[in-house]
Amino acid sequence: MAMHGMRGLAIFISDVRNCQNKELERLRVDKELGNIRNRFKKEKGLTPYAKKKYVWKMLYIYMLGYDVDFGHMEAVSLISAPKYPEKQVGYIVTSCLLNENHDFLRLAINTVRNDIIGRNETSQCLALTLVGNIGGREFAESLAPDVQKLILSSSCRPLVRKKAALCLLRLFRKSPDVVNVDGWADRMAQLLDERDLGVLTASMSLLVSLVSNNHEAYWTCLPKCVKILERLARNQDVPQEYTYYGIPSPWLQVKTMRALQYFPTIEDPNSRRTLFEVLQHILMGTDVVKNVNKNNASHAVLFEALALVMHLDAEKEMLSQCVALLGKFIAVREPNIRYLGLENMARMLIVTDVQEIIKRHQAQIITSLKDPDISICRRALDLLYGMCDVTNAKDIVEELLQYLSSADFTMLEELSLKAAILAEKFAPDLSWYVDVILQLIEKAGDFISDDIWFRVVQFVTNNDDLQTYAAAKAKEYLDKPAVHEKMVKVCAYILGEYSHLLARRPGCTPKEIFSIIHEKLPTVRTTTIPILLSAYAKILIHTQPPDQVLRNQIWAVFTKYESCIDAEIQQRAVEYFALSRKGAALMDILAEMPKFPERQSSLIKKAEDAEGGTAEQSAIKLRAQQQPSNALVVTNQHPANRAPPPVSVGQLSLVKAPSMDDTEDHSIERAPSQENVNISKVDPQAPSADLLSDLLGPLAIEGPPGAAVQYEHNATPGLDSGPDASAIVPVAEETNTIQPIVNIAERFRALCFKDSGILYEDPYIQIGIKAEWRAHHGRLALFLGNKNTSPLISVQALILPPAHLKMELSSVPDTIPPRAQVQFPLEVVNLQPSRDVAVLDFSYKFGTNKVNIKLHLPALLNKFLQPISVSTEEFFPQWRSLAGPPLKLQEVVRGLRPMALTEMENLLHSFGLMISQGLDPNPNNLVASTIFCSEKTHGMLCLVRIETDPADRTQLRMTLASGDPTLTFELKEFIKEQLVSITTVTPAPPAAPPTPQILSSDPAALLAGLLS
Amino acid sequence: MGIRFILMVNKQGQTRLAQYYEWLTVEERRALEGEIVRKCLARNEQQCSFVEHRNYKIVYRRYASLFFLVGVDNDENELAILEFIHLLVETMDRHFGNVCELDIMFHLEKAHFMLEEMVMNGSIVETSKANILSPIQLMEKAT
Repeated sequence: MAMHGMRGLAIFISDVRNCQNKELERLRVDKELGNIRNRFKKEKGLTPYAKKKYVWKMLYIYMLGYDVDFGHMEAVSLISAPKYPEKQVGYIVTSCLLNENHDFLRLAINTVRNDIIGRNETSQCLALTLVGNIGGREFAESLAPDVQKLILSSSCRPLVRKKAALCLLRLFRKSPDVVNVDGWADRMAQLLDERDLGVLTASMSLLVSLVSNNHEAYWTCLPKCVKILERLARNQDVPQEYTYYGIPSPWLQVKTMRALQYFPTIEDPNSRRTLFEVLQHILMGTDVVKNVNKNNASHAVLFEALALVMHLDAEKEMLSQCVALLGKFIAVREPNIRYLGLENMARMLIVTDVQEIIKRHQAQIITSLKDPDISICRRALDLLYGMCDVTNAKDIVEELLQYLSSADFTMLEELSLKAAILAEKFAPDLSWYVDVILQLIEKAGDFISDDIWFRVVQFVTNNDDLQTYAAAKAKEYLDKPAVHEKMVKVCAYILGEYSHLLARRPGCTPKEIFSIIHEKLPTVRTTTIPILLSAYAKILIHTQPPDQVLRNQIWAVFTKYESCIDAEIQQRAVEYFALSRKGAALMDILAEMPKFPERQSSLIKKAEDAEGGTAEQSAIKLRAQQQPSNALVVTNQHPANRAPPPVSVGQLSLVKAPSMDDTEDHSIERAPSQENVNISKVDPQAPSADLLSDLLGPLAIEGPPGAAVQYEHNATPGLDSGPDASAIVPVAEETNTIQPIVNIAERFRALCFKDSGILYEDPYIQIGIKAEWRAHHGRLALFLGNKNTSPLISVQALILPPAHLKMELSSVPDTIPPRAQVQFPLEVVNLQPSRDVAVLDFSYKFGTNKVNIKLHLPALLNKFLQPISVSTEEFFPQWRSLAGPPLKLQEVVRGLRPMALTEMENLLHSFGLMISQGLDPNPNNLVASTIFCSEKTHGMLCLVRIETDPADRTQLRMTLASGDPTLTFELKEFIKEQLVSITTVTPAPPAAPPTPQILSSDPAALLAGLLS
Repeated sequence: MGIRFILMVNKQGQTRLAQYYEWLTVEERRALEGEIVRKCLARNEQQCSFVEHRNYKIVYRRYASLFFLVGVDNDENELAILEFIHLLVETMDRHFGNVCELDIMFHLEKAHFMLEEMVMNGSIVETSKANILSPIQLMEKAT
């Protein structure tokens, strides 16, 4: 066997396998690690073979989940071994053990490059694969042209070219500017003429990534994709090796259809016709067969075809064909097909006009909700949530309630949240809403967030005609023997406020109500007791005429808690007791709670936030966002399915939306209400003609200066505390005798838009920084280099993080040895949007000089932005649904340095915003989008529109929209500050900061420079 | 991104092969493997082959004592991945002849070579078994 001679490895593996328990395994592994470490250390002249053996052992140990923190050098050094087997091991193990930021990897760049441009195609393949898997920015910069050449080279065999294609994909992702769109689009199209299916498979992945970023540049590839799909779907000239159970490469078919979904439309009539014929062929020609593999493969293609049909503006007939197919799928027993049927049906909700057909399958979907397989339940839940509107809300919510008692506990939270939202959004009458929420609390109290019961209290408080009903219900629930604590809270609150409305009913005298509540007191935790005390105080004032016995009972309770250790309870007990002795004055002090101001449902927001999180890292974020639950963006999908728009009157009111097929007037029938109860009926279809007016309206720069600026400044906490970003200089320079030799402000500014470079330098020390950002996390490494021949002592580094960042700095050594560089990592978590800047307080001693510097750290808002492209179809609904302040803010910015539109585009791009070309019909305007990541907002979509005035380039109007008011404000201010500061601070655009030395961004080179 | 990782795990939950296409620390890997293995191994034959975990999906398939788990983005075509697992198994079968857990365990390097030919940077590169296996044959000739 090929384990030839690697007996040591086989023995080790079998030793580990024979270990009786984890403890013994660890001992064996530790022994081996010690052994390997010794060998590497002591025997300088290890043969490549021996190295190979040890390196495989390391990989095996690593796979078992043990940290292997040495020997990386040896793995990397094998890459330059002359013999193929060693080289191969070197490449493979290196790509498993190291990541792109590893310093050792940089050592290998030259070898890798030589292999790539060399003549030996097996080495070429290895090198391309390594770069394709872990190559970073530096690789992109030095290798992109070579790799691009290889892909198109006529002398290269397919086996090299396919790897080159995926290698380029990696380089493109790491550094999008390496692929020059002008030249590359034509070559990409040419590449799609390739006959070899391996090369095509790899090229298609490359294309998907490129078009997802900029579909316009690659429109010439569209007809080619259609041709490839046609070739495969009709099985023309497909070699046997690429046919899988009779299906011509299902993977390439899927990928090709995925690429097609990135083009907004297909204008060329020929391509369009051909494509629809092919899709029709797939839709009609996919039969269920016995062979599982064949069945899966053909259905993989079918589901992708369904997605493509939904994406294209297909004929109604074809769409109903799709719904019919999906309807069939959700009814089959085979779980995979059923799961996918549900998932795709939920996606289908985006397409207009099919909701009614989907509704016919409601019963079937509810059956799946009760499936023992949690994956299927989730899909069914999402679909039900998405298809819910006023016509079926009652049925669906009742099903959800029923399902609560048998559902898997991991689903309860999501399930109850969704039920609560649907009940609120589509309630036919408010008493039903109250019923639903109380049932939710009864059945899943542990999983009900406080928001849910706060919300029901708001509703009851604001609707007078609901109060009696709610109080009666509350009493009913509290009468039950075992009551969940949340139920005690909400019922005690409601009874405290409104139980007097029940006074004439049997069993509802204040005394009885009190004893019902008080019975629960011994069962609740201290956090609930204050609510009970308030309820008692309220009952007391509502008891007219005063009841001596009851009063004494309640006073006894207050007296008992006067010495309670919990401050909140104690305070309430003391105060209520004192107040209740004041007699008439108590009436005013403890009067009924006033109405709550109208506010957006925090539940809906919460659900949206939760969904945003799931899309965090997906390449196709928006698609993914719609995927887990269409329903969470219901406001964009369908007129009958939209959330009630906020009503400005100080009243919670229920909005009824007319359903699709029901034209009769749904005016709201409610009990006669008091004059100040506002009932509004909103016709959601009415504003549709005006949908784009906001975005496409005429340029209104001539508005009064700053007129649009004054939203909510004070409503958003912590905004004013941010340091003035235009003062980007060291926070304090104190009286250091040693002066920096670089312009710190300029350094900081440059680092705001790139991830590595020098932050500070003086004659003794150089501080470099290297950062990596992923969603709301950041990993920074600070490099401290001592430039001298004597040590730097009393080194101290402190991070002063702003409130929105969680930063953890590992300990910094007290001394930096002569000519040495130390590195220390810094973990950053972004909690919420803010423009505040973190400060590094750094000090050291050199001889008798003590130096203390405070430096801003480039962990700014824009580091948590991930550019994302948004298509017209996605943009407008989002833009529309974020209707106005505080979610959408507008401001006119003046006094700018005139800049060309392309320069502005580059600028926005450098902030992490993705420009959507042509989305705005006015060529003087820019529309851009990005995802902001923080712990609070998860991944949240932000939309930006900038309108410029060609006649006066010193001003522009900026509109920002996102689902979070703070985020909208902070991002707007951030962009404004950057636009303004560019006019005042640096002459050069920040995207291309002045580069000091060529190697400055490379800490390894930096170190090398120090030591020379 | 597409494929985020490929794991082969036996029914005792021991990892037999792990290939990640995004960088995770050892601790993160251990935690992730623990969580998803627990989730997937608890499922029965009547349940579907897809498990939603955090913000991605696991597509998995069981062969005798061995589970193949592939982590993919939420929008990946699930069935295509499911059959990709089978293609991987068939490729291993062609090489080892009736592949079993021990083959993968003791020929870790070959399993890696095959994967390396099939997936790169989370995307599928090659689906022809002959092409996938040719570098391994080349290496066997060389030694």
